Formats: sequence, C-alpha cells, structure tokens
Amino acid sequence: MLQTLASDELSANVSSSDQYKATFRWMLLARLLDDKFASLYRGGKITGGVFLGRGQEAVSASLGVSLRKGDIFAPLIRDLAGRLAFGEPIVDGLRTYFGSALGPMRGRDGNVHRGRPKEGLLPMISHLGAMIPVVNGMLMARRFQKREGVGATCLGEGGTSTGAFHEGLNQAAVEKLPLILIVANNQYAYSTPSSRQFACDSLVDKAIGYGVEGHSVDGTDLGACLKTIGGAVTNARNGRGPQLIIAKLLRLCGHGEHDDSSYIDPKLRTDPCGRDCLKVAEDHLLEQRWSDAVTIESWRKEFQLSIEETVAKVQREAGPDPFQEEWQAISSSHLVEVHSGIN
Amino acid sequence: MNATNQISYLEAICAAQRKALVDDPRVYIYGQDVGAFGGAFKATKNLAQEFPGRVIDAPISEDAIIGSAVGAAIEGMRPIIEMQFADFSTVGLNQIINNAATLFWRTNISCPITIRLPSGGTSGSGPFHSQNMESLYAHYPGLIVMTPATVEDAYSMLLEAVAIDDPVIFCEHKYLYYHLKADKLPTEAMPVGKARIARAGRDLTIVAYSAMVHEALAVAEELATEGTEIEVVDLRSVKPLDTDTVIASVARTGKLLVVGETFPWGGVTAEVIARVATEAFDLLDVPPQRLNAKDTPVPYHPNLWAAHRPTARSIMSAVRNLLRQ
Repeated sequence: MLQTLASDELSANVSSSDQYKATFRWMLLARLLDDKFASLYRGGKITGGVFLGRGQEAVSASLGVSLRKGDIFAPLIRDLAGRLAFGEPIVDGLRTYFGSALGPMRGRDGNVHRGRPKEGLLPMISHLGAMIPVVNGMLMARRFQKREGVGATCLGEGGTSTGAFHEGLNQAAVEKLPLILIVANNQYAYSTPSSRQFACDSLVDKAIGYGVEGHSVDGTDLGACLKTIGGAVTNARNGRGPQLIIAKLLRLCGHGEHDDSSYIDPKLRTDPCGRDCLKVAEDHLLEQRWSDAVTIESWRKEFQLSIEETVAKVQREAGPDPFQEEWQAISSSHLVEVHSGIN
Repeated sequence: MNATNQISYLEAICAAQRKALVDDPRVYIYGQDVGAFGGAFKATKNLAQEFPGRVIDAPISEDAIIGSAVGAAIEGMRPIIEMQFADFSTVGLNQIINNAATLFWRTNISCPITIRLPSGGTSGSGPFHSQNMESLYAHYPGLIVMTPATVEDAYSMLLEAVAIDDPVIFCEHKYLYYHLKADKLPTEAMPVGKARIARAGRDLTIVAYSAMVHEALAVAEELATEGTEIEVVDLRSVKPLDTDTVIASVARTGKLLVVGETFPWGGVTAEVIARVATEAFDLLDVPPQRLNAKDTPVPYHPNLWAAHRPTARSIMSAVRNLLRQ
C-alpha cells in the first residue's frame, strides 16, 4: 500500500506555512534519497543509469501534495519528490534501482521505471509523451465508471517536441479531461538547449492552440509552485478541463549520473532560473520563522536514518532468479507458446 | 444481413462488437469515424446509436487512441480500438509494443485491449491502405495476433479477443469483408491458438491464414480434379502459432508450402518453416517452401497488385514445383 498521502494531511484549513513546510519536507527527503542513489551509483552498487530530480523538487513535490489518494500520477524521471509526496514509499525506489525481486517491478524494469498502476501511480516508459494518453484513458475510464479523480503527468521541455505530446494534449482537450500536464523547462533535454527544441517565445502559448488553460511558474519558488500547481489541480477537479503548466528552472545535475553536464551554459547557473529550489525554500522557512535550523537538521537526520535503514534492508534482498522466472509476457497462460525456438 | 439472408465477414465483425457491448459494460469502441458514421467500412454501423456514449469518435491520433486504451484497461475497461486501416497502426506502434505489450510483464497487471486492423489489399488501394501487419506485431512479446479466415472465426475470435486479458491484434481482412458470407453466426468456436484443417489431404500441406486460406483452397479444389489431395491448414491465430497441428499435417503429407500475404523478410511463413525444420525435419520429404508478397511496397494498379500478393495461380505454381520434387 502507498503511504499516507501528504495531501491527506493538508486539510482545507491548514495554513500556507504548514503546507509550505510539509512540501519542503518531501523535497528534502527526495534530495537526500537522490543523493543516496548517486552515491550508490558511484560505489558501483547500482546497475544501469541513475536519474535525479535535483533542482526540480519544488515543482514535483507541489504536484504530489496537490493530488489526493485516488488520483492518477504518471511521473517522469525527475519526479522523485512528487512520487514521495503522492505516496510512493522510499523502499520502492531503492528496490527498483537494486532490481530486488520484492520491488514493484521485480527486477524486470529498473530505476525510474516503477509504479503501482492499481494505486494510480504509473510506471513510465522511456518514450517521451507516451504516458499522457495513458492517463487520458484512465480518466476516460473513470468517466465511464462514474468515478472521480484527476490525472497528472510531467514532461520536460524536450518532450513537448514529440508527436505523443501533441496527440495526448489534444485528446485530453477534445475529451475535456481533468488532466494536469506539467512541463519542467529545465533548459536542456539531455544536452540539447531549448533553442534547438522549440521556436516559440514561451511554451505556455501552446495552451491557446490546444484550447486548454495554461500557467507559467517560477519552478525554483516553492510558494509560487504550490499556488500555481495547486490551483491548476483544483481547476481540473472543478471541471475546467486540461491544465498545462510550464515551470522554468535549471536541471542541477546531469541527464543521468553518467553525465557531467559540462555543456550547461555557466551563465544559467547565476540566472534566477538556476537557483536551487531546496535552498530557496529552506531560506524562506527560516526568514519567515516557519521553522528553524535545528528543526530542519532534525528532519535531515530523520530522513537519512530512514534511508540508511531501508538501503541496508534492500541490499540484503535477493535479486530475481532467472531459473525461477516465468518468462511469460502475457497473462493468459493457456496462450503462451512453447516451441524449440524459445525453450 | 443482405438480401439472401447470409451474413458477411464484415457483418460478423459488427455483430461481434454489438454482442460484446451488450454482454459487458466494460466494453467501449474508440477510433476514427466509428461513431455516428459507423466506421470507414461500416464495421460499427448503428452501434453508436444503439449504445450511446460507448462508441466514440477519436481525433486522428493513433498514438493517443491506443495509449488511452492502455490506460482504460488499467482502470478495468475493455476497449475495442479500430485503426481505420492496418497501415495506420504504425503511428500507434510505440503504444502497442512499448506500453500495451509490456504492461503485464512489467507490472503484473493485464492489458485487455482489442486492436482491430482492417488489413490486406484490394486493388487500387496502393502502398498505404493495403498492408498486412501480422508479422510485425507477432514479433513482439506480449501480444496475441489473430488472423481469422472465415465469417465464423471473424465473429467468434473477435468475441474471444475482447474476453482475453491481453492485448490482441485482430487482423481482419478487407478483401474478405464483402466476398465471404455464411448462413449464420456460430454458437460454438474452436479455442484460440488451435489451427483448423480447412481441407484434408495426403499429398502436400499448405499452411495459410486470413485471405490466403481461400487462395489455397481454390488450388486444392483444382488439383483434386487431377487426383492430388492438398491439405490446407488455417492457422487462425499466428500468435500463438499452433505448431503441433502444422507438424501433424506435415507428418501426413511430407511436403510443406507456407503462404502469407505480407512482405517476405522474416515473418509468419519463415517462423512456420523454422519450427518445422527444427522440430520435424525428418518428416519432410522435400525442402519446405514459402510464398509471400513481393519485397516492395504494395502497388496501386490492379495488374501490379494482383501479381504482388500470392494468388491461386502463384500458389499453384509453387505447389506443382514441390510435387515434382
């Protein structure tokens, strides 16, 4: 089961400072868990790639806390904070990176490709934009079934260049679905700068073309993210159709941990979009006296302990046994082929 | 129903969808022009009127159409998707092979979607409205690929496709839509995954599926007048592929010709021959042969089109060649 959702803690009456603080905690947990993924990768403990959400936590966590249990969330690779806030336990990420047989993907898929579809958390495929129509279809099903809920998914600015993005957002608009689509414009799609990705002044202008509501937000400002993204989720919930949000920020890491991101223009690091959203939020908490350094340090310790305990547990878990594996790609066992070419 | 009260292959497909909509509230139909218009080929004729809100026109977005079906299936629905032409399914290829086909294996959650592909050529349709895609989809793990050759199978296998908990690529042949008729719809059906002996014989086995079954039967009919008995095996589904029935037939005849309407490189015919060669080489009296479409796009002009795909004439030539050996 997913952990208690953060949004459950956020009753309508909580103050904005409580919401800010609660969301900051998810951001901090995500940053610390990402740091652990990175160190395990550098230590050779993780097979394949490691993909972090450093710099995107404010956007992602703001979405996670704005969704409710029963909603749908299809995160992308830099959405650890949103996953955690939506209810993904930290053990899921660790088990998927380690390929544990006990993880949600059982070693069959890895790293960021994890989820619990029956609990509304979708495991992304690598093809960008492809999860948009899947969320749409879940929302269409909810409409048939007269069930409530909104669906959200995330993309980078590079993903807006795909046909799937166009087809998916247009489909959601035609069907007037409660879809929240967040585009984190983190300035680079792998190494390709935005100037080679799109030619419009602002990606938010695309909203007009699709006939959906569009919003822009400073992705480094947690307060702004909570307001804009939370507002968009509410709009979708209130029947105002798809919501496109463009968040401006800078990816504060490589595409993956194998990538030193040396191509990033140094000027961007001193640009307002290059601010570290976690640092900005922490400073704001202190300035507003919504928290203090001792408390924040205690959260850090609490999270680190929890992560270390989980790592220790997961490292002891067995990987999948290829000789016990069913090697069966369909659920209809009676239709599985048996012939000399495969056995 | 037509004037003679017979039911066509196309009408059987429409009837199966009607029954699926009646029987199961989880079923809906989604595709281009499938709503009030009734589909480009009228395979959903009147269904939007009979089932309000459950037969839905989609934008021209094959990727989004199929992707949404995957999502709906996760939430417990059983979508039937019509690709207007099989050829256009390549625009949705990513969703078929990377989302639908991987979902169960990755997550242990099944993906019960049916994707109807109006397949195959009629003359004058050209390179982009004529293709057969069964070999392409059969290549990928996680998909069932059905290729019904009869009115009865078109009906019963489509119902089966909707009932199966996995993604089914349902290759319905456009040439058979109007040409093939039956007196009534079946009440019983062979299980999916079992091939059918369409005609028994002792001298040579032709393995075929979809429209090619009828070309093979025409050859068998003609050769019977010369005293040669051809056995025709209708695969019915190419994945799963009923190797046992094929090998049992080869055990009887010792000679094998495999006929497919799609392009020659790899594919269903090559798979059948590979299996027979690896599992039953000793049963073969002569080297097995395969006959496919030409290795070019499907041509437009009737003269070219008729020579591009296997026909009774080219099958006859291949059969006589095999019988001479």
